[in-house]
Amino acid sequence: MLTIELQDVSVSYVVGDFSTVGLKDILIQRLKGTYKEKTFTAVKHVSFTLEKGELLGIVGANGAGKSTLLKVISGIMRPTEGSMTVKGSIASLLELGTGFDGDLTVRENTFLRGAMLGYTRDFMNRTYKDIIAFAELEEFEDRLFSHLSSGMRSRLAFSIACLVNPDILILDEVLSVGDGAFKKKSEEKMLEIIRGGATTLLVSHSLDQIRRLATKVLWLDRGEQIAFGETKEICDRYQAFLNQK
Amino acid sequence: MLAAIKNFWLLLKKHQFLFEELVKRDFKKKYKRTILGMLWSLLSPMFQLLIMSIVFTQFFGRDKPHYTIYLFAGNLTYSFFRDSTYGGMNSLMSNAGIITKINLPKYMFLLSKNVASLINFGLTLIIFMIFMAVDGIAFSFRFLMLLYPILWLIVFNIGAGFILSALFVLFKDIQYLYDIFTLMLMYLSAIFYYVDAYPEYAQRLFYLNPLYVYITYIRHIVIDGYIPGWGTHLLCAVYGIGTLTIGALIYKKNNYKFLYYM
Repeated sequence: MLTIELQDVSVSYVVGDFSTVGLKDILIQRLKGTYKEKTFTAVKHVSFTLEKGELLGIVGANGAGKSTLLKVISGIMRPTEGSMTVKGSIASLLELGTGFDGDLTVRENTFLRGAMLGYTRDFMNRTYKDIIAFAELEEFEDRLFSHLSSGMRSRLAFSIACLVNPDILILDEVLSVGDGAFKKKSEEKMLEIIRGGATTLLVSHSLDQIRRLATKVLWLDRGEQIAFGETKEICDRYQAFLNQK
Repeated sequence: MLAAIKNFWLLLKKHQFLFEELVKRDFKKKYKRTILGMLWSLLSPMFQLLIMSIVFTQFFGRDKPHYTIYLFAGNLTYSFFRDSTYGGMNSLMSNAGIITKINLPKYMFLLSKNVASLINFGLTLIIFMIFMAVDGIAFSFRFLMLLYPILWLIVFNIGAGFILSALFVLFKDIQYLYDIFTLMLMYLSAIFYYVDAYPEYAQRLFYLNPLYVYITYIRHIVIDGYIPGWGTHLLCAVYGIGTLTIGALIYKKNNYKFLYYM
């Protein structure tokens, strides 16, 4: 069953307008007649399809458009061109640890984040203990979030987001945080969700991880889709490309 | 229109848990790490009132009845508007970390800020009632009509918050412009003076200022002892609905664009 289908998807936005360049410069440019609206295309003509239960690894250098693509799939951004079908509930772990409130306690933040992810209050009441236990933050429940170390923050974010069984799981560099023990535990949890039949998109700079987990790989470079296909083939090509540099 | 309201209600229901948590957060953050905490909601309007009545009573309030209540009604309304719209203006930017990561309806952040301000306003309103009683204004069922301008003021605040938060995302200069604007608005809202010193036509110009309309409505009810005419009722609603409509349209149009400026 097809869960995700992208056809010729591009995302572009206006850059260098008044908000970045300043009103004065824009006015001068307009008067001189040199003003041109510049657009930046972060993702260019990307197409791929994913079946239910597949794991797509996305590779590419910084600025390749990986995160933008994930934002489009999770519904935060809209494609400027092309069409997209995404079926099912999405759990998205984009840049863990951001969006929390340092002035609130761990408990308050947990409920707030749960609410943002679309859980119900009942569900949160029931699973709150499990979340804290999984994140190993039992002693910090009533401490301010700003007192947590960055590793603890990521652990909490991961625990909240992973307690549901989503149809689609979006992971952006998720396993590159936390200490050794938690890395292993979170990876196991992630595999559990994936084995449960979730379609997963994983951005990672660890090619080993991609080779181990992915069933398909998408290679992006400066927004362009270089290749999409079987894991081994694309990873080998990407590896060769990296070695060449 | 009715279908739209019903849809909106269903959306709110769907996000009810999030909404409640956001309101809690915004209200807690308002007085974070203060010793007196929520008590400031009561103390700050009282101090403002004290200062204003010391300064202005000699100039404007000598031969007028219930001048303190007159001041209070004006300041109460203006403070609510100010508090609500400043919070509203920041509501998108201060939640940028969330908005750029999780797909949520953006107006939730504005509405929760407004509810936090409304709770604050409610507390001040209680003090206002106590002052009225102390000043010898007898309770009347007419006071229930106070809900009418307050309701439209809430709508007006939300609308203004929509417009301001959108502008603030697009250009940050608006925060300084808005400082000047609110100062001007304060002087134009007849908070501490009486408009009857002006000629007839100038008095009518005051009605162009929505805040003045809401303040006047409240004063008529509380001090002058009558319910204003149909014109004032209409004006209250028009300002509220008009502002909200403009704000909502701006949000709808730019919903996916905000992200690029955050």
